[in-house]
Amino acid sequence: MHFEDTIAALSTPYGTGGIGVIRISGEFAFSVAAKIFISSQAMEDIASHTVSYGKIVEPESKEMIDEVLMLKMAKPNTFTREDVVEIHCHGGIVVINRVMELIFKYGARPAEAGEFTKRAFLNGRIDLSQAEAIIDLINSKTVESSKAAVSHLEGRLSGKLKSLREELVELLAHIEVTVDYPEHDIEEITGEKVYDSLRQIKSELCNLAKTFERGKLLRDGINVVIAGKPNVGKSSLLNQLSGHTRAIVTDIPGTTRDIIEEYVNIKGIPAKITDTAGIRATEDVVEKIGVDKAYRAIDEADLIIMLVAADTGVMSEDREILKGMKGRKKIILINKTDLADSSRIQEIRRELGTDIILEASVFMDQGIEGLETAISEMFYRGDIAKNEEVLLTNARHKSLVDKAATAIDQALGSFETGMPLDMVTIDIKSSADYIGQITGESIDEAVMHNIFSRFCIGK
Amino acid sequence: MDYFAGSYDVAVVGAGHAGCEAALAAARLGCRTIIFSINLDSMANMPCNPSIGGTAKGHLVREIDALGGQMGKTTDKTFIQSKILNNSKGPAVYSLRAQVDRRRYQMEMKHTLELQENLDIRQAEVVELLTDENRTRITGVKTHTGAIFECKAIVLTTGTYLQGRIIIGDVSYSGGPDGIFPANRLSASLLDLGITLLRFKTGTPARLSRRSLDFSKMTEQPGDEVIVPFSFDTENIEKDQVSCWLTYTNKDTHEVIRKNLHRSPLYSGNITGIGPRYCPSIEDKVVRFADKENHQVFVEPMGLETEEMYLQGMSSSLPEDVQIDFMKTIPGLENVKVMRSAYAIEYDGIDATQLNLSLEFKNIDGLFSAGQINGSSGYEEAAAQGIIAGINAAMKIKEVKPLILDRSQAYIGVLIDDLVTKGTREPYRMMTSRAEYRLLLRQDNADLRLTPLGKEAGLISPERYERFLEKKELIQQEVARLNSSYLPPSEEVIKYLEKRDSTPIKSGINVAELLRRPEISYESLAEVMELPQLPRSVREQVEISIKYEGYIKRQMQQVEQYKKLEGRKLPKAMDYSGIQGLRLEARQKLSQIKPDSIGQASRITGVSPADISVLLIHLEQINRGGAPK
Repeated sequence: MHFEDTIAALSTPYGTGGIGVIRISGEFAFSVAAKIFISSQAMEDIASHTVSYGKIVEPESKEMIDEVLMLKMAKPNTFTREDVVEIHCHGGIVVINRVMELIFKYGARPAEAGEFTKRAFLNGRIDLSQAEAIIDLINSKTVESSKAAVSHLEGRLSGKLKSLREELVELLAHIEVTVDYPEHDIEEITGEKVYDSLRQIKSELCNLAKTFERGKLLRDGINVVIAGKPNVGKSSLLNQLSGHTRAIVTDIPGTTRDIIEEYVNIKGIPAKITDTAGIRATEDVVEKIGVDKAYRAIDEADLIIMLVAADTGVMSEDREILKGMKGRKKIILINKTDLADSSRIQEIRRELGTDIILEASVFMDQGIEGLETAISEMFYRGDIAKNEEVLLTNARHKSLVDKAATAIDQALGSFETGMPLDMVTIDIKSSADYIGQITGESIDEAVMHNIFSRFCIGK
Repeated sequence: MDYFAGSYDVAVVGAGHAGCEAALAAARLGCRTIIFSINLDSMANMPCNPSIGGTAKGHLVREIDALGGQMGKTTDKTFIQSKILNNSKGPAVYSLRAQVDRRRYQMEMKHTLELQENLDIRQAEVVELLTDENRTRITGVKTHTGAIFECKAIVLTTGTYLQGRIIIGDVSYSGGPDGIFPANRLSASLLDLGITLLRFKTGTPARLSRRSLDFSKMTEQPGDEVIVPFSFDTENIEKDQVSCWLTYTNKDTHEVIRKNLHRSPLYSGNITGIGPRYCPSIEDKVVRFADKENHQVFVEPMGLETEEMYLQGMSSSLPEDVQIDFMKTIPGLENVKVMRSAYAIEYDGIDATQLNLSLEFKNIDGLFSAGQINGSSGYEEAAAQGIIAGINAAMKIKEVKPLILDRSQAYIGVLIDDLVTKGTREPYRMMTSRAEYRLLLRQDNADLRLTPLGKEAGLISPERYERFLEKKELIQQEVARLNSSYLPPSEEVIKYLEKRDSTPIKSGINVAELLRRPEISYESLAEVMELPQLPRSVREQVEISIKYEGYIKRQMQQVEQYKKLEGRKLPKAMDYSGIQGLRLEARQKLSQIKPDSIGQASRITGVSPADISVLLIHLEQINRGGAPK
């Protein structure tokens, strides 16, 4: 728990809007900003509550990231009653992410849900009547984030993090047991062994940190594939999402025989939408080629939008297609809801079970907004990963992984300068602690448990 | 017939390591104190290994001493072998350990208590705690003979005596440790007061006749040449030391144990108490670590005027005949004569989450509890709680706020916070890995950390405090001097560095900077500069505080964060069930533990960060008087 350190977050909605405002609050707000914001005036000379023009520059590489406006506000006349800096970025989501990354790197940590408001309240700034609203906010966000955490826990990211943490805990147990039971004939772990393991873990953490390039994902766009049996409205959906008619839409099943791609922007997220041929068993050679291509596109998709038609219900062909998508990230869209009553739709929902199921009538232009929202939420939650690689998508996770790597660096440094093992454990412990803050595991009992299950000790 | 036997401020129930420290502390603070023991010949007994200290435990002894306690002083007077453990692993984990003459330790401690002003000693079994009619305030104790002693505070230090049951194989009987009677009646009185009891288990190995052992088949383990005393008050010690001996179990030993496992009460289900993981019986080790071919066995003398030897590593609850069979397979023990058999013991303890951090029961005014009854294990852990309970019983009488050490101040703080905040289901042993700020909580600086607090409590004499201040001054002066001294790149200095494989210097170098290099020791600086004549303990502080300055500073920053949360106090009367937004589990846990601060609340198992946020907001609402402004 830390609530009096410096926090930062994007205060405007992710991915929409021309500018993004990043807010930093806390004791080090000014010093963090001073490290990355370059203008004609030094930070300390800038008057409070004024706007300055300047550039965000990566301090090490001197690379210019964005031209921004910076608003410096000294306490106590600020929202949180702490020192506050607002940075107004212009460069869109990729740039905003890079600026935030710098802010986290140079001393702030990502704010928790509702944390600015919480501070405002705790510092006596806002009215008591809002306290309950904050509690609700904290709780609702907790449910939400724990949901996200659960999906992460099952994911490869958490698998990776847990195994790295396990390795650290095991190293700690090895070191601690020799410290706490010096006279037992336990095979003492050698400095070299610890050193090698640490370097290995560090490089894995760094690799993981590098995957936090939503930019890469954003440059290429996420690969969304629309699939379904013939004539469920796939091409219409593509046209709706792209905002113009590209695919030929007829009511003759099998019109789309090839795949059609379109680059679109879904709530700020670039995406490549692929419309595929309707999948059905067919003797037509040309159509068959289209179907094969459709299957391949599905294989390569980051996200599948599977359409079923409300009027026909779930048919054997639908089931066949769904079978081939098991375990893939997908949204099932029940289309043509204007052609069926609600009890029918409920029946379809029941049959489809647990996936994310949305409803739409593409023809009537209904439900498109909902679909877009769902896609962007999945993306920002980190559910849509590129090529199944382990990917960091959450800024908080990224900053914790960075801290874990830095702690290991310090441990390695202690080794290199010949410090006793005890000094090394301090940083190994912090590193495992940081990772534990992502996976939600505390370290003390884990080390103790590891010691007692691994070593035979005691009188 | 009951009769009125006297009136005291503080009554201490049990005269083991916790009880002795508690009674001495209370009496030294001016309280009229009485201590009870079922058998006065068993005061300050060591029914398990005859040693004091070791990793983390040695830290506790030094902390007790820094606060003005007794254990370190008595150990210094009666030890027969002294060792420093972990010499090469870093200053935070250096630990002192001493083999002591068990009898002499007891006698010495008993005599110290006998001579203590304000303190009476009484052989009796306390069978009932007396309270006011609401059962919320202590008024006295009653003994098995019907003697009623009035008192305002009680410290329960019953160790392993409450409903003690000894188990040796398929034999089991009511009994306390070392053949002493158990205390069978007090548990009922505790239950009657609404106190939740738990059942714990521990065990001890056999004692053997030295004359039956062949030491030529064992490895000798002598003491250290340089003796570092436990007490900050003890001047240098020089004395002859005795050796311990090391031997090993082997396949045959394990074979005997495996064949007879069905006769072990642990495996037959005859033992229900929860034993400590860090103190497994030999049969446990053989079963759980089946691929380990041998286990260490240490043979330790019980004292100078006895031939009894303690067999560390061989605690067991197997039947006597099996014990003898497997011991005979061990090199040097072929003709072993057992004097006391190994046994397991089960006993009643309390659920320590019923206590405040002051070790007073939350619901019973004036009732304190310390030592193994709280679920800890070990003499040092017991004594550490004992001195705190004794001090706080006295503070209660004097109506002064209790002495509470936090996790950043002392191992004692970690110990008590863990017991009281998290509770324990198995006997709790102190380990250095439990202390998150262990680089600050070193055994060498225990006096710097705690003596001012001991002084404030009233247990440190003015003379001792004066010496303490002098030492502190010397350390500060020398650190300042090194920080402002420079060495030139002279031939002499360059040679000195070369000799140590240290990076050469081209220009002058700051001495403190130089001392941070691992290969450079403070002592060695004498070769290139003048060093003042300083006591060993001062030199040690100077070296550690300069050498590890960076690490120490980082831990201090962590402590600052920690203190912020500890500083946010929670009212004791807080109604957690009425706080909107807390999860059900958190409400229950918080209502049960009644934490002192947000920090303590955050350490309760089952209280999440979101719950803490809710608490903070609720706290702010209270602070603003609950009304919108």
